[in-house]
Amino acid sequence: MLQGNNLACVRGDRRLFKSINFTLEAGELMQVNGPNGSGKTSLLRMLCGLSNPAVGEIFWNGAAIRSLGGEYYQEMTYIGHLSGTKDDLTALENLRISSALGGVKITDKHARDVLVYMGLGGREFLPAKVLSQGQRRRVALARLLVCKTKLWILDEPLAALDVSAVKLIQKLIEQHLKQGGMVVMTTHQEIDVTAASTVQLQLA
Amino acid sequence: MFFWIVQRDLLLAIRRRSDVLTTLFFFIIVVSLFPLSVGPEMNMLRMMAPGIVWVAALLASMLSLGRLFANDFLDGTLEQMLLSPQSLSILILGKALAHWLVTGVPLVMMAPVLGLQYDLPADALFVLTVSLLLGTPVLSLIGAIGAALTLGLRGGGVLVSLLVLPLYIPVLIFGAGAVEANMAGIEYDAHLSLLGAFLLVSVVFAPWAAAASLKVSME
Amino acid sequence: MAINWYKYASPASFYSLAGKMIPFFAIIAFGLLIAGLYIGFFVAPTDFQQGEAYRIIFIHVPAAWMSMFLYVVMAFWAGIGLAFNTRLSSMMATAIAPTGALFTFLALWTGSLWGKPMWGTWWVWDARLTSELILLFLYIGFMSLQAAIDDPRRADKAGAIIALVGVINIPIIYFSVQWWNTLHQGASVSVTQAPTMASTMLTGMMVMVFASWMYSIAVILKRVRVIILERESHTAWVAELREKGAL
Repeated sequence: MLQGNNLACVRGDRRLFKSINFTLEAGELMQVNGPNGSGKTSLLRMLCGLSNPAVGEIFWNGAAIRSLGGEYYQEMTYIGHLSGTKDDLTALENLRISSALGGVKITDKHARDVLVYMGLGGREFLPAKVLSQGQRRRVALARLLVCKTKLWILDEPLAALDVSAVKLIQKLIEQHLKQGGMVVMTTHQEIDVTAASTVQLQLA
Repeated sequence: MFFWIVQRDLLLAIRRRSDVLTTLFFFIIVVSLFPLSVGPEMNMLRMMAPGIVWVAALLASMLSLGRLFANDFLDGTLEQMLLSPQSLSILILGKALAHWLVTGVPLVMMAPVLGLQYDLPADALFVLTVSLLLGTPVLSLIGAIGAALTLGLRGGGVLVSLLVLPLYIPVLIFGAGAVEANMAGIEYDAHLSLLGAFLLVSVVFAPWAAAASLKVSME
Repeated sequence: MAINWYKYASPASFYSLAGKMIPFFAIIAFGLLIAGLYIGFFVAPTDFQQGEAYRIIFIHVPAAWMSMFLYVVMAFWAGIGLAFNTRLSSMMATAIAPTGALFTFLALWTGSLWGKPMWGTWWVWDARLTSELILLFLYIGFMSLQAAIDDPRRADKAGAIIALVGVINIPIIYFSVQWWNTLHQGASVSVTQAPTMASTMLTGMMVMVFASWMYSIAVILKRVRVIILERESHTAWVAELREKGAL
């Protein structure tokens, strides 16, 4: 269970948002909406523990995430704006290294199967710099297939993806929710995901 | 996990060999500039050699600090490292080791050749190499703190030198001092032991301080 | 009666408290300065070895002491700010740095002025002067790092880390420089033999040390007040001050 308690965010002299409260249970999807500059990314970074809220506290299963540290990161996967793919590494190397960083070591075979599933068959051994924006995004999102975490925090996961990839990711999210996972995401697109229940969080 | 990071950074360095060579050539050029600026008088050069090689090593190591975190910061990998269930200090230790293997070790291997240019006797060459071998990892480790603190700042490259160079001074004194002591016929064991002690202390504390710095810089 | 310290840990109440304290410290600093300089220049006897030139120690020694002491105090407040997330402590550290750097520079400058008649050169690579020079580099590093960071909270924390790393390193640096200096003894002039001091000299110096303390406190409080105003400029209490014409 992920819980936000009276969260506020201040950037310089400006207050981006305040008094944000929410509770996210297993199997639920939370969609964070709001115009550009309303603090969506800031909120997601807070939920990851990358930054601390100016006011308020975030709880994972009742414990404050800043006291959990590594324990929390074992159950959480964050994919942000920056995909974390290295230009000089191949798609395969990128996936293997990023999942190892997330705490899951996968075999060559497993990684290749996942990349094929993500529609990158035949491109596993190309360095990421020759891949298109959308293909790089697919490499980054491929991590969702290998990670065994309960909570996914996704910042604009559908940006730069084509129709078939959008469908693929939506299906992934649906499956994850069905298995009792939780997803927090931002998107500017209409999404078509059936979830047990969806929490809409509107930032001014 | 530690070895994963070392392996990854080495792989990246191999894909970008030119970066490694740039640091090495910088080192060679700086060392070669001194005879041109102070004259080719061999006795004087021999006296100055340990200091020159060590200062050049300091500058070369410092110049390459920018690469330690900057690329990972720009493409988002650093965020993932902060969110890794692994301890961040261990990851940083791995990155510092890779940094040293890529920038420090070539300098250590090159130093005896440069020492020959300055007509250093054989045992002085040996002490110079050993002192660099013990001292350059300390430079990478302390440098990691500076690199983490200046991450993403304008003028970060110059700033990091202001922060890091004063902290390098003890390593410089005992590194160059060991060679000078050897050439003067004095025992140099104490110098090397102290360099070893600096290495141990920085292996324990520097990754931890760098981890705290990274968290501050990424917030 | 217990004083409520937490009350003064808030920038708003500290601002007014500091405002009341500044004149007090400033007046004492000024009085001690006049007294110290008077003793130093008119009462203390001429040194039989060094002549009149030694009188620079009435400025040099307090400056050198303050430079080191202030670095430790700065690192202390910065560390408290980092550990307990108290904004005021970090502001204190930021306010101390320029005064510390000023004293370091003064110590170097007066040391060099003293060196010319004593050693015949403006600069000697003596262990203490060299350590003082490195201390100046550490101060400059701290201030440049803070100046380069736009976000004040990040500047506070980053500055705290570099100050703490510096304070751990100062003994190591000092010890290294000592060693380096003895190894190269032939190249420099030793100043380790302390001249026996007449008691009026000692009195004059101690008065000057206290004057420097009081001056530092007054100036640092003044600077903290400015930093508080700058950082809190968008808050209600600053707006209130502005309306009252108190700014």
